[in-house]
Amino acid sequence: MNAQNTTPALSAYFMAVVSDKNETHTLSVIVDNEPGVLARVIGLFSGRGYNIDSLTVSETEHENHLSRITIVTTGTPMVIEQIRHQLDRLVPVHRVTDLTVEARLANQDKPLERELAMVKVAGTGDKRLEALRLGDAFRATVIDATTDHFVFEITGRSSKIEQFIAIMKPLGLVEVSRTGVAAVQRGAEGL
Amino acid sequence: MTREMTGAEMVIQALKDQGVETVFGYPGGAVLPIYDEIIQQEGLEHILVRHEQGAGHAAEGYARSTGKPGVVLVTSGPGATNMVTALTDAMLDSIPLVCLTGQVPTHLIGSDAFQECDTVGITRPCTKHNWLVRDVNDLARILHEAFYVATSGRPGPVVVDIPKDVQFATGTYQGPKANLSTSHKSYRPQIKGDAQAIRIAADLMSKAKKPVLYTGGGVINSGPNACQLLRELVQLTGFPITSTLMGLGAYPASGDNWLGMLGMHGTYEANMTMHDCDVMVCVGARFDDRITGRLDAFAPNATKIHIDIDPSSINKTVKVDLPIIGDVGHVLEDLVRIWRTSSLQADPAAMKSWWAEINKWRARNSLAYRPNENVIMPQYAIQRLYELTKDRETYISTEVGQHQMWAAQFYGFEEPNRWLTSGGLGTMGYGLPAAIGAQAAHRDALCIDIAGDASILMNIQEMSTAVQHGLPVKVFILNNQYMGMVRQWQQLLHGNRLSHTYTDSLPDFVKLADAYGGVGFRVEKPADLDGAIEEMIAIDKPVLFDCRVANLANCFPMIPSGKAHNEMLLPDEATDEAVANAISSEGKALV
Repeated sequence: MNAQNTTPALSAYFMAVVSDKNETHTLSVIVDNEPGVLARVIGLFSGRGYNIDSLTVSETEHENHLSRITIVTTGTPMVIEQIRHQLDRLVPVHRVTDLTVEARLANQDKPLERELAMVKVAGTGDKRLEALRLGDAFRATVIDATTDHFVFEITGRSSKIEQFIAIMKPLGLVEVSRTGVAAVQRGAEGL
Repeated sequence: MTREMTGAEMVIQALKDQGVETVFGYPGGAVLPIYDEIIQQEGLEHILVRHEQGAGHAAEGYARSTGKPGVVLVTSGPGATNMVTALTDAMLDSIPLVCLTGQVPTHLIGSDAFQECDTVGITRPCTKHNWLVRDVNDLARILHEAFYVATSGRPGPVVVDIPKDVQFATGTYQGPKANLSTSHKSYRPQIKGDAQAIRIAADLMSKAKKPVLYTGGGVINSGPNACQLLRELVQLTGFPITSTLMGLGAYPASGDNWLGMLGMHGTYEANMTMHDCDVMVCVGARFDDRITGRLDAFAPNATKIHIDIDPSSINKTVKVDLPIIGDVGHVLEDLVRIWRTSSLQADPAAMKSWWAEINKWRARNSLAYRPNENVIMPQYAIQRLYELTKDRETYISTEVGQHQMWAAQFYGFEEPNRWLTSGGLGTMGYGLPAAIGAQAAHRDALCIDIAGDASILMNIQEMSTAVQHGLPVKVFILNNQYMGMVRQWQQLLHGNRLSHTYTDSLPDFVKLADAYGGVGFRVEKPADLDGAIEEMIAIDKPVLFDCRVANLANCFPMIPSGKAHNEMLLPDEATDEAVANAISSEGKALV
């Protein structure tokens, strides 16, 4: 039945005032790798006022010219369902999968999600040693160095990368480049 | 069939292979090769508009009145940007439109060349899909795909942007593929509804005590067959039926079960029925904010069934209990069959008391207005127009505003595809070109644009198109010298401070008609109205009919912003004070 328990609408555009809790979902979108397809996806998010927390894209099936876009987004369940359907409506979109929902259906906590970051830290003396030691502890690899800097490469869940960056801040953090989240479902099956 | 030809030749060939007979357009530098082919062929009629927006709305009128896609051909840059309003309009009302735009040669793209704009970038959010053709060998395939995308699933506008060098280049033409609906690599909309869900829907409907059918433009888009099935369903079930602005004509206005239009300016009985129903069957409509009013008070006790071809319409604003994804015609066919074969029946006792309740609401006569012997009431003008044109093949288009709502309330539509109006976008300036488009498709029909004095001036230049192409459209202007709907909202919301809604210096519409080569009328007295309308109908030329109506009439009934279906403002209660206080402070923030 209609939602009777929601707060009175302050706007004819109801979605903005829905009081349901926000959730963060990870969506996989398989698209034709053609010019403009990413603009269509991003334009849909900005045009309809959806959030993008993270977005990654790369061609994953070269012979079919298919790309896989991984989007992390936040919204109420109703909005996230809308996002999925709106994405599916785009002509070059082949398939949209809500990995978070799929994981829940399989009784798993979350889909597999990883991110890569390159973290540049400059310093000398104790700070430099401490940075190296922490890099070790986080299983970050040093991919570039001089006597007064390191560039770490670190892979993991976004939370781990956040933590690593926070720790590096007082140790001479210079800059960070992150890939955004890539994600797949657990188990033997593919999309 | 495949053969070698230039890109420009391919465009003509593809249009012909798609069964296109009429193209609305305006030439320019970047489409000259295509125009050079157009003048050297027969079979494809080109209608030269006076502004590209006019071409877009004309194509919409053509599409809406025929069920076929409308085709537009315009040049790059300003030609393309002038199309944006029409594309957005078609997007919101789900009208199939194929718009071909010229583009600067590929090697100049990105150089800010003369009349260059990023057409695919600009039109991306206002089209169902668009393409920039970079290789002449892709052109034919893309053109056929464009027609498929525009017309299948939930229809909509598409743009194919064709650089000038691609129009000159020679390549291989291929004809349309027969089975794109199964072979397209990513776009294959679901047509058949889920059988189990349809059975559940039939069951819910048979058990309903207070059912209502709420139908929309999707029924009309699905085609005459869907409208026939809808009528059959109403007959079988005995359910009351109401419709959105876009759905008028799917069920005849003279039908026994017709409640009139619902929503902001819908009838009291339609809105009360919606509010109190226990089972709502939404057929090809989308719970637009003009329909629902306050969402948390929208049909609070109803189990909602939603039939729609577009999955993104489901649960967008209103949570429904039973979604059925599929084409309205296909779903209704299954529903009617199940109803018949299972010998289902609506509860006779419940239906009797439900209709008794509805008839009480009907007795409120919510469309009543005070007649006047000296001044033409706008409602009266529409009523007379209806009475004098209803026995002909008549197509009615409108602009946007009070006249549009009065037309929807007082003109009875018996058939689908006879009512052309800008619903979603609310585009003033839609009606005249739309009537031209309808007239181009139905040469012997009577095509009337019911207009307001403000709206008509937004695309008045298309009078020249109508005259040039011998399209005798009739523009019936309800002239109250105000932007009536905006003025009404100023009265409701802003203490009747009429900021810039009075049109001083309106043109003399009779002289204007004359200047364009049409015929002008001016009528100021109710007694003269019938004779003048009949004279207008008899004239085989475009007509501007300046019908002077009561200046300050308001359009009622009305659900004020932020109010629910059962909180309508009825004409007999709408004193100046009630109008001034109709909308609460929260409601004032709404549109």
